[in-house]
Amino acid sequence: MAAVTLLQARGLTRHFDGLKAVDGVDFELAQGEIHALIGPNGAGKTTFVSLLSGRIPVQSGTIRFNGRDITRLPAYRRVREGIAYTFQITQIYGSLSVFDNVALATQSRHSHRLADDTEAALARVGLEDRADQVAGTLSYGHQRLLEVAMGLALKPKLLILDEPTQGLAMGEIETFKEIVRSVVPEATVLLIEHNMDVVMDLAQRITVLNFGEVLATGTPGAIRANAAVQTAYLGG
Amino acid sequence: MTADRALWLHLGVLAALLAAHFIAPAYHHTNIARIMVLAIYAMGYNIAFGYTGLLSLGHALLFGAGLYGAGLLVYHAGAGAPAALVAGVLAGGAMACAVGLLALRTAGVAFMIVTLMFAQAGYLTILYFGSYTRGDEGIVIPRAARMLGGLDLSDDGTRYLVALLLFAVALLVNLALVRSPFGRIMVAMRENEERSRMLGFNPFTVKLAALTVSGLYAGLSGAAYGLLFGYVGASLASVQYSILPLLYVLLGGAGTVLGPFLGALLMFYLIDYASAVTDAHQFVTGAALVLLILFAPKGILGTLRARAIRWLP
Amino acid sequence: MDFGPFLLLALMEGLVTAAVLALTASGLSLVFGIMRVVNVAHGAFFMLGAVLAWFVSEWVPGPPALSFAVALVICPLIVGGIAALADTVVLKRLNYEPEATIVATIGLLYILEQAALSFFGPDARPVPAPLNFRIQLPWFGYSGYKLAVVVGAALVLLAVWLILKHTRAGLVMRATQIDRDTARAFGINVDRVYAGVFAMGAGLAAIAAVLIVPIQQAHYLMGGDPLLLSFIVVIIGGLGSLRGTLVAALLIGLSDGVISTFFAPTLAKIIATLVVALVLVFRPQGLFGKRMA
Repeated sequence: MAAVTLLQARGLTRHFDGLKAVDGVDFELAQGEIHALIGPNGAGKTTFVSLLSGRIPVQSGTIRFNGRDITRLPAYRRVREGIAYTFQITQIYGSLSVFDNVALATQSRHSHRLADDTEAALARVGLEDRADQVAGTLSYGHQRLLEVAMGLALKPKLLILDEPTQGLAMGEIETFKEIVRSVVPEATVLLIEHNMDVVMDLAQRITVLNFGEVLATGTPGAIRANAAVQTAYLGG
Repeated sequence: MTADRALWLHLGVLAALLAAHFIAPAYHHTNIARIMVLAIYAMGYNIAFGYTGLLSLGHALLFGAGLYGAGLLVYHAGAGAPAALVAGVLAGGAMACAVGLLALRTAGVAFMIVTLMFAQAGYLTILYFGSYTRGDEGIVIPRAARMLGGLDLSDDGTRYLVALLLFAVALLVNLALVRSPFGRIMVAMRENEERSRMLGFNPFTVKLAALTVSGLYAGLSGAAYGLLFGYVGASLASVQYSILPLLYVLLGGAGTVLGPFLGALLMFYLIDYASAVTDAHQFVTGAALVLLILFAPKGILGTLRARAIRWLP
Repeated sequence: MDFGPFLLLALMEGLVTAAVLALTASGLSLVFGIMRVVNVAHGAFFMLGAVLAWFVSEWVPGPPALSFAVALVICPLIVGGIAALADTVVLKRLNYEPEATIVATIGLLYILEQAALSFFGPDARPVPAPLNFRIQLPWFGYSGYKLAVVVGAALVLLAVWLILKHTRAGLVMRATQIDRDTARAFGINVDRVYAGVFAMGAGLAAIAAVLIVPIQQAHYLMGGDPLLLSFIVVIIGGLGSLRGTLVAALLIGLSDGVISTFFAPTLAKIIATLVVALVLVFRPQGLFGKRMA
């Protein structure tokens, strides 16, 4: 691969009571790409990104990020290293204002322009007019956007999006795709996604997980043509 | 604009308390001085519980650390009031930090029990070293030792003004703290710890810092209580004194800057009034706890903020 | 007295403490295990049992054995009733949210202690023992009643165990413990189960108190120590594990006498509370329990 490697996982493994949620996964992210992670339910996608973000401790294997071994780094330190994770189930501070939600992300990286940077992140997802609203009163689609804005405000090197379009309406999905495209190439995006249209449209490369193992990695075209993937996943 | 509004409200409360110095009858004068000192304690409790979500049942340990940190220094080492006050504040903060290092490995119910047990151990320790602390009987701090830079703290007027000064500093620092970026992080920790972790904050250090600040407040309150009212006794470090700030904060409104003072004021007079008509003041405390947690868990100012005054800090 | 008989005496005294403690702590453990409620008012229920036993001994005429038998039935029922009422009126409305329920049970503790102070008074009052014989051992005589307490407590604990393992009520309780919502979906009246469990927990404390009050006297503040000791037992034994609770009660009851001999009681208590705190910090599953999921 010609591009610079941002993240590299080797032999990543996590078992739960005998269930091989993630089993010896080798994985690489190139700087500035949009990489999609797909696979059937229970394939270990969320566990895998939880290992990357540090929410679940690694059993064996190593993770290198930006040239540094982060395998044993706690989650909050990985965030400071530049890995931002947005939750599958929306996790915003419902009782705080929209502004405060994003400001927390901004101040996490010790920004000296708290208000400006916060407003800029809100503007990128189109929530700048709702800065004073209590976050819990936003519509579901707006809450998802707020979640993304919090991720962007961290100015991450890697943005992990866990099923970001789930439950969104068609129009909202289009907005969302625009936002993701605007993130690269400054940052890299790792996307867990069920919506195949979104995946094929956005991703430059795709990794397919099945039973905790990597089934295939490649361009959308290659994945579409892959027989093993078709059997396991695309319903071939 | 809203920022100014909140600041003016708090300054207004302080001005009203200053006015009370000149117009309140002697009986209420002493009461309000005591309430202001206890409100500092409750403010500290509120920083841990109301803002950061740490429900401690052992804050009497921190209050006691301030009380005895100051009291023993005066009584046994003959230290002056200013040194004792500083020592009390530091003792409260150090004790909070030490307890936090252990207790913050737990959360929720376990945290409540661990803090309760530490405070109980502290209370029993005071009794165990009765030859130094005079246990339940307590230490009466002589009038001569209660001088603060030429001011006689046992004088009613001076005592009120010193209490007000300490209260004012505590209140304004509290206001500044909760409006600061760190205040936002404390609330974030209360609202959603996992989310905050994934925004790059270390929950342990944030909570430890909040608990330590809480301890500094409790220590200040304990030291001021001992020096202003001249008594240091084990009963002031008993489990009742862990429940007291919880009660004040629940009544006034957890997570509001003025809530602890309002709760202390109302509860103090409620118990005072109940004691005058019956001897069943414990019943008032118990019933207040049950009714508040049942019907008004946000307390007075918390409910007001939710309904009407959203800018209330 | 030689060391051997002395140790035997200490162990017998310890066994009495352990028996009563096991009974009290199993009530606390039951409530925590099934309802996930930390009942700070548990000691107050214990105290209430003892105080009510005194009232019964005053009001029921005839030999002490009769009034004692009446107390043994009535006191747990009344205390259980009060507990069920508290559960329905207060805890249920809090949706058993852990922190709120602790605050509420602290309030309950204050209310119950005040009630005892108002109606029973500040003095400690004795209750006559139902049996009055001494067992003469070669080295010393020993109160037959104390041995009866041990037997009685063991019988009650056996009954609790049988109810939990082998009756429909026990099955329903265990089902509710595993998953409240699923239990509800299967038509179990969870509200009634909770009220029943809370009543049963308080009732066990009351039985323990009725058994101990002829030895110890009734007083409105007597609930503090049993509460603390029960907490210690339940935490060391592993929160919610009934078997762990029994083992821990035996261990702590038996060692209580020994510890008190070597340390001042206050120092022993300081050590005990610190041990509990540290167990919770470093081994939250208890010394004997399995790690909870």
